[in-house]
Amino acid sequence: MALVNPATTREAVARQLRGGRADIAGLAFRALLLVALLVTVGILGILILDVWTGGWSVLSERLGSFLTGTLSSRSERAGVFQGIRGSFWIAMFTIVLAFPLGIGAAIYLEEYAPNTRFARVVDVNIRNLAGVPSVVYGILGLTIFVKVLGSFTGGRTVMAAGITLAILVLPIVIITSAEAIRSVPSGLREAGFGVGATRWEVIRHHVLPYAAPGILTGTVLSLARALGEAAPLILVGATTDFLGGGRGSLLDFGQLTERFTALPIIITTWAGRPQTEFRSLTAAAIVVLLVVVLLFNAVAILLRNRYEKRRR
Amino acid sequence: MNTDQRVTPVAMPETAERSEGGAVVFDVSDVSVYYGPFRAVRDVNLQIRRNEITAFIGPSGCGKTTVLRCLNRMNDLIETARVEGRINYHGVDLYGEGINPTEVRRRIGMVFQKPNPFPKSIYDNVAFGPRVAGIKGDMDEIVERSLRRAALWDEVKDRLRSSATGMSGGQQQRLCIARALAVDPEVILMDEPCSALDPIATGRIEDLMDEIKSQYTIVIVTHNMQQAARVSDRCAFFTTEVSEVSDTRTGILVEYDETEKMFSNPEDERTENYVTGRFG
Amino acid sequence: MIHQASREATATDRLRAELCSTGGRHRREQVIRNLLRACAGLSILISFLIVLSLSREAWTFVSQVEWARLVDDGWFPRRGIYDVRTLLAGSVIVAGIAMVVAAPLGLGAAIFLAEYAPPRLRRTLKPLLEVLAGIPSVVLGFFALTWISPEIVQRLRPDSPQFTLMAAGIGVGILTIPLIASIAEDAMRAVPAVLREASYGLGARKITTTVRVVIPAAVSGLVAAFIVAISRAIGETMVVFIAAGATGGSLFTMDPFESGQTMTAAMAAQAAGTDAVRGAALTFQSLFFVGLLLFLITLSLNVVADRFVRRVRQRY
Repeated sequence: MALVNPATTREAVARQLRGGRADIAGLAFRALLLVALLVTVGILGILILDVWTGGWSVLSERLGSFLTGTLSSRSERAGVFQGIRGSFWIAMFTIVLAFPLGIGAAIYLEEYAPNTRFARVVDVNIRNLAGVPSVVYGILGLTIFVKVLGSFTGGRTVMAAGITLAILVLPIVIITSAEAIRSVPSGLREAGFGVGATRWEVIRHHVLPYAAPGILTGTVLSLARALGEAAPLILVGATTDFLGGGRGSLLDFGQLTERFTALPIIITTWAGRPQTEFRSLTAAAIVVLLVVVLLFNAVAILLRNRYEKRRR
Repeated sequence: MNTDQRVTPVAMPETAERSEGGAVVFDVSDVSVYYGPFRAVRDVNLQIRRNEITAFIGPSGCGKTTVLRCLNRMNDLIETARVEGRINYHGVDLYGEGINPTEVRRRIGMVFQKPNPFPKSIYDNVAFGPRVAGIKGDMDEIVERSLRRAALWDEVKDRLRSSATGMSGGQQQRLCIARALAVDPEVILMDEPCSALDPIATGRIEDLMDEIKSQYTIVIVTHNMQQAARVSDRCAFFTTEVSEVSDTRTGILVEYDETEKMFSNPEDERTENYVTGRFG
Repeated sequence: MIHQASREATATDRLRAELCSTGGRHRREQVIRNLLRACAGLSILISFLIVLSLSREAWTFVSQVEWARLVDDGWFPRRGIYDVRTLLAGSVIVAGIAMVVAAPLGLGAAIFLAEYAPPRLRRTLKPLLEVLAGIPSVVLGFFALTWISPEIVQRLRPDSPQFTLMAAGIGVGILTIPLIASIAEDAMRAVPAVLREASYGLGARKITTTVRVVIPAAVSGLVAAFIVAISRAIGETMVVFIAAGATGGSLFTMDPFESGQTMTAAMAAQAAGTDAVRGAALTFQSLFFVGLLLFLITLSLNVVADRFVRRVRQRY
């Protein structure tokens, strides 16, 4: 018998390589996974849509008076100004307290004492603190900053709340800053040491500038987190009813030692009101909060993407 | 350039020992270096003389860079590193109590294997060292002088404010040399400075080393035997010995002599094998 | 001869003095170092303060409460009824429902992003997950009350009230999806490419590789993700506070289609009440007792999860 006909061989091989049946299980699995992802994204979409349409009536008709109005049982006059002010001050405390302390701690852990026992203990501590429920931080705030240090903070005030939330986000700042510092190439440090610079000089002039985008990303994210928290504020004594001292500017330092409220608390309170008008008010307040929080998150994500691209 | 024009007074005692050649700058006696429990190099004895180029040669992993980095306490940056023995710098024990590594590194500068300019302007790269050391004087002048000594001035004088990372590899390495020169050190340590560069850039740096030799003391680690033969006055040949007991390799100093003698008539057979290319 | 020797000695001393210099910038270096060390040590202080804050009042509660009150029916702290099991049951139910929602969705999304998604799709979809992660819990609470409750819960069981543990549980689940997705995705991406290549090289299909090679290799990370998510779900307050009702107190219930309370919401409800605490004497302290319980539970979960994460890192 002569050689096998090459044409038929070729066809047989081609058929084998193409595969007999379609991979149904594989396709179904892939589809299922995609569905999971799309459902998740879809829920996000429904949520935003729901909140937006709910608040649209209030936002479109009286945005100005909504943003500058004070808490009131009359829904047509209620506004979130006091909440914005409270949230603003909480943000300020976070920036002033959590950022320097957190970045400082990260610098020490990564630059001065890596792999020491002290660093390991602190590291474990920070990871545990990052997992503590926010309401427990509220208890810390209540005990220490409202009661024990009450004469300094004035009790159930925005100062106590601000310090409490700064402590709550401190672990996040430390963890993200430490990661950013760790990613600085060691050649850069060696070059600095090589010309006779001290450790702090190397950190300040070379390590920190290089790690700055990563650190910034972490701080922006932690700020967004601080603005969205409500449970610690309830524990520290944020007002859920009416609040006197309504008007007054945003930067009124006197308000620091007064009773206070914040956006998430207003949302919580209004959500509990049965009247339908408060539904739209709550939705509108949520939109305001989301705009701020999501803006911060978006900025942080953009920062991180640009920073990663640059490093590559 | 007159050596009297150093910008800071640096105490430079003349040590009594004078063997053939210049005054002794480093006296390394019975030095072993450990990384944790692992002994990387043992029993090193040599002397570095002023205004000479001393080369550490030998195959990879035999401790040349480790010993080099001991000379300016760069090994301090590695937590597990430990130095035993004594390293005297003009009679002062470098690892003595109270010795500040920052001050050591100001006098004993370093150029690394891979050029590592700061992500700043050329000017700021050179000016960084003098600035933090608090060196007074006209910074523009210091920068220009350092760049001239590093044979880089003419190429960059019009773009001092541009980023250092935009230069070629050879230029970056010369910038690193200028940066090291800017703090007016006495010694310059070079860790395989040309291994990441092309032959032309390498040649320029070798010429540079020859030019500045009269004002500085240079110690260079190199894989390139021909380079060592070309530029150095004295050579230290290292190799590894394998311990059968623990299956570890420890670096040892085999021979240390004038370059001419090392390459034409070495004492040790291992040296001869290496320099004639029979191994390594 | 003697002059030269003494001149050299002085010169050596001068050099040594310069090398030992501790002036100016070196002193500043020490100050800065100590300051930074204090920053790092602050975290230890905070942990200590948390434990202290919880323990003192919790101890008062434990030492003074009548034990009978702890197994009475229901959690009504203002009336002196402290059935902790009610709160534990509530927390478990909410966390359980949350996991039923979050685990498949989070894992599915993670597997898709890690193994199947082309880079461009990944670049658009991953940030959306991160956006979801940034949504504050009060927003989810409102969503649970106004949308999940009518559209889902009341469709599942038409006679359920507006405030249910089920609605809260679903809300907490949605909150937890990004957490599971991100840890799981990291775990899967940490699996070395060589393992996948080996599998493909043997002729396996993608589903086989994913399910029988990648996922088993990443299992430590997946377990860690799961445990962290449970811990987060147990620690979540506002969704339950807004959507599960029963802020005055609740009877023991195992039925998710009823209102109920969790440990966290009970603490918030306690604190949100009027300042004048009426009712039995230990009402205030009960807050701390529950807080201590919550703290210990979440801490244990986090420690366990950490062990699993450590195992992932060790392997590769």
